[in-house]
Amino acid sequence: MLHAAYLMPLLPLAGFVVLAAFGRRLGDPWAGWLGTATVAGSFVVACVVYAGLLAKAAPERSFTQDMFTWIPVGGLQVKAALLVDPLSMTMALFVTGVSSLIHLYSIGYMKGDPDYPKFFLYLNLFVASMLILVLADNLLFTFVGWEGVGVCSYWLVSFWFGRDSAASAGKKAFLYNRIADVGFLIAIFLVFSKTGTLNYTGIFSHLSLIGGGTGTAICLLLFVAAAGKSAQLPLFPWLADAMEGPTPVSALIHAATMVTAGVYLMCRISPVLAGAHDAQLVVASVGAVTAFVAATIGCAQQDIKKVLAYSTVSQLGYMFLAVGTGAYEAAIFLMVAHAFFKALLFLGAGSVIHGLHDEQDLKRMGNLRRYMKLTFFTFGIGTLAIAGIPPLSGFFAKGDVLDNALARYPALWAIGIVTAALTAYYMTRLVALTFYGEDRWRQGAGDGVVGHGGDVTPHEAPPVMAFPLVVLAVLAFFGGVLHLPWHWSWDPLGWLGPVFGKAMFQAHQSVGTQWTLAVVDSAVALVGVGVGFSLWSRQVQRAALEPAVLQRAYYLDDIYDAVIARPGRAFAQFCASVIEVKVIDGAVNGVGRLTRAAGGSLRRVQTGYVRQYALGIVFGTVVLLAWMISRAVS
Amino acid sequence: MSLSGAWYLGLAAVVFSIGALGLLVRRNVLVMFMCVELMLNAANLTFVTFSRMLNDIGGQALVFFTLVVAAAEVVVGLGIVVAIFRRRRSATADDFHIMRG
Repeated sequence: MLHAAYLMPLLPLAGFVVLAAFGRRLGDPWAGWLGTATVAGSFVVACVVYAGLLAKAAPERSFTQDMFTWIPVGGLQVKAALLVDPLSMTMALFVTGVSSLIHLYSIGYMKGDPDYPKFFLYLNLFVASMLILVLADNLLFTFVGWEGVGVCSYWLVSFWFGRDSAASAGKKAFLYNRIADVGFLIAIFLVFSKTGTLNYTGIFSHLSLIGGGTGTAICLLLFVAAAGKSAQLPLFPWLADAMEGPTPVSALIHAATMVTAGVYLMCRISPVLAGAHDAQLVVASVGAVTAFVAATIGCAQQDIKKVLAYSTVSQLGYMFLAVGTGAYEAAIFLMVAHAFFKALLFLGAGSVIHGLHDEQDLKRMGNLRRYMKLTFFTFGIGTLAIAGIPPLSGFFAKGDVLDNALARYPALWAIGIVTAALTAYYMTRLVALTFYGEDRWRQGAGDGVVGHGGDVTPHEAPPVMAFPLVVLAVLAFFGGVLHLPWHWSWDPLGWLGPVFGKAMFQAHQSVGTQWTLAVVDSAVALVGVGVGFSLWSRQVQRAALEPAVLQRAYYLDDIYDAVIARPGRAFAQFCASVIEVKVIDGAVNGVGRLTRAAGGSLRRVQTGYVRQYALGIVFGTVVLLAWMISRAVS
Repeated sequence: MSLSGAWYLGLAAVVFSIGALGLLVRRNVLVMFMCVELMLNAANLTFVTFSRMLNDIGGQALVFFTLVVAAAEVVVGLGIVVAIFRRRRSATADDFHIMRG
């Protein structure tokens, strides 16, 4: 059964090829159904492989499938090979599962779009790249998937490229990712120069060669890559702008799958990371600080999708906190739970936006619980899950992360627990503004906003969009059972243990401590929800709680503009007006002028009198002869 | 009786000098052509002489190349001269200094 693993990336890739060839002919909605079917097929294959892996004994659950040798260069044999182990299969399962639901949802959401087949073409290529990323058995093949998801993200963010903001958001996402990719590339070079191999298993058997400073450097360089892809400080601003893409893209790429690639990469290299304590501290600190910073920004945003984007950044920060702590199981647990509830929240937001005819401003929504009951219900479950209210999935996942952080870095735990309160607060604010209060969308017509007038009643999502919402709501509610803290015999995510082995940090806390922490977590979450609801369910404008510094995301974009973009533009201007004109044009024109001058003075030699030419020849011959004779004589 | 090679070489040198001088001092294009032929044939004579003196057939073979090249040159050159003569009714080399740079 394990040998079917190659079908996982191949099916979406085949879907991509077919859509590229016949997408236009298939059209709406058959192109969508084809795309969905390939990804769903991939999910089925993943389930089969998962069953095959479970049938083996715990220490033998690792299987490498060679497809072909990709780069045979002397001693370097890079294979296109898949590494099937509990870590990669966990990723593959939730990537294909969530992607199938989002494909299904997109069939409804993208209905009527002129580029409908192209959308599914990109989505399929994205899923194929993501599966290559998680299943690859060497760093270079992982990098192929890494770049694949990067370019698909670029295409999908700027899918509606007719809008200026979408086009530049796509460019921004791509540039930030490119900056981060430099770290990945240098890390690959470093690993190869030290160990001579790029295979994960090969690298891990040469750990002694990459100890000390080299190991720290490799981990930090890979973390730079991860920080770009997973939107951590200081590379996160692209994720908020990436919300210019269609909402299913935001759900698929910028919440559930692609942004977790960085976390996955750090988990994949856990044996190296375990030896580099400085790097671990850096990863954990950056994660915790990002979680806090993004949460504060999320408290002041007005755009429903931007709030969710910053909450994604914040949750990814938690995952890196867990990775830095060494609690890889907790990181993966939160990643899976986050995939469920964040995909749910994004699809719910998409449903709201769809229902209000492309309205994204929270301040123009309100009281939608009357009109969109199903969306309200499922969105509410997602909110409670991310807020960490027991017994939903977020409570267990976040609790797992925070418990381990407390045992290793108490200061970072403190940041984490404050962030948890903020998370509950801003998500409740979002729900209160969207679903409670007055019908503010009725007032939209007066102020020149194009779109809906006062007479449009919000409508509930069609069944093809509602079904994924329900499934994800169930998963977000019960996701916690994947890794319960007390029930050791039923622990589906516990199978990750052998992958991390000694690298994993395990907090040994007494039952009393665990209960205390659980109570603290829930109390903090409840306080956040309570405060958020009482502040925002009636009143819409509270300027004191939305300071400009938070609305503008700590002016990070302005700082980058001032520090990097403006000097860069000034330098380009300097090159264009000085170097180009003076140096390059000067050289070209100088050569021309020199040639003209030389020609002008040499033309006098050509008199047109044949006898003069003949005299020249005779003279020259005489001189040559005299020279030769003088040589012969002496 | 047979003359020594030096006589032939001397004759060739005299003929070559006559040709070179003629080329420099005459203005008539046809005469200048004949002077060029004189120089070429002086060179040929040298080739043949050395071929006999050194007992090497290579010199005599080279003469054929010279003859062929000379014939080709005359064909092209006379063609040009005739064309110019038709337009300008004269064949003085100095008339063509309008072709100067």
